[in-house]
Amino acid sequence: MTVGLNAFILVAGLLFAIGFLGVILRKNTLVIYMSLELMLNAVNLALVAFSRYNNTMDGNLFVFFIITVAAAEVAVGLAIIVALFRRRQTVMVDHLNALSR
Amino acid sequence: MLDILFYVFSAVTLIAALLMVLSPNAVNGAMCMIVSFVGTAAMFVLLEAYFLAILQVLVYAGAVMVLFLFIIMLLDVDKGECGFLKDKLTLASSFVGFALIAVLVCSAFAGANHLPEPGLMPVLENPTGSGAGIPFTTSSKSFGYSLFTKYMLPFQVTGFLLLAAMIGVIVVSKKTEEGK
Repeated sequence: MTVGLNAFILVAGLLFAIGFLGVILRKNTLVIYMSLELMLNAVNLALVAFSRYNNTMDGNLFVFFIITVAAAEVAVGLAIIVALFRRRQTVMVDHLNALSR
Repeated sequence: MLDILFYVFSAVTLIAALLMVLSPNAVNGAMCMIVSFVGTAAMFVLLEAYFLAILQVLVYAGAVMVLFLFIIMLLDVDKGECGFLKDKLTLASSFVGFALIAVLVCSAFAGANHLPEPGLMPVLENPTGSGAGIPFTTSSKSFGYSLFTKYMLPFQVTGFLLLAAMIGVIVVSKKTEEGK
């Protein structure tokens, strides 16, 4: 494969930028949460690319841990969102402004 | 051949991610997200991290996105958000921020003065055993070696984190008397 490290990091950076766009553009908490997952995923891709091109195993192990932590984080975050919806009947961030009033 | 595959998979991943961010329907967004995760798994295969590719499909595209879809359909939250493309100020400022990051990334990793480019080294099929630095291998055996030698403490901490997350979810989602 003649594709270099820079191409993979470019894709990972663009993926991160798209996730960031989702976080600041969207109002739905669930979609914001999915965009956060996308940013984590972009970091995973960059770590695997660095690990492959530096010929070490450490990046792959980091990705392993990131996937585990992301799964735990999704479970807790979605439980919080469900609890929020149960109390406020909405998950839109522009309706959840009780602290600023 | 592999180069063409890289371009195809990166295009699929980026377009699916963009569709996820821009689609007004959250269920369609979750579907695009699955496509994006599978594209990333394909790029892991191109980088010869086969174990992580399988893990990505199983955990992210499988478990995590099923959980997301379950919550999206359970809460039925699509009603309120048709108008996120109508707020011109938010739209313009978000896209300006996106363009800034994109230009930064493109100028750092593409074009004339990009980062130094190391060549691909040949991959060992089998790990030789424990050592200070374990070289990149395609077999999942080297994950075991690393997890139980160099990364023993993070491994234990991750296990404890999973336990804490499980108990936390049970506590958070329990119905309280004064809540309802």
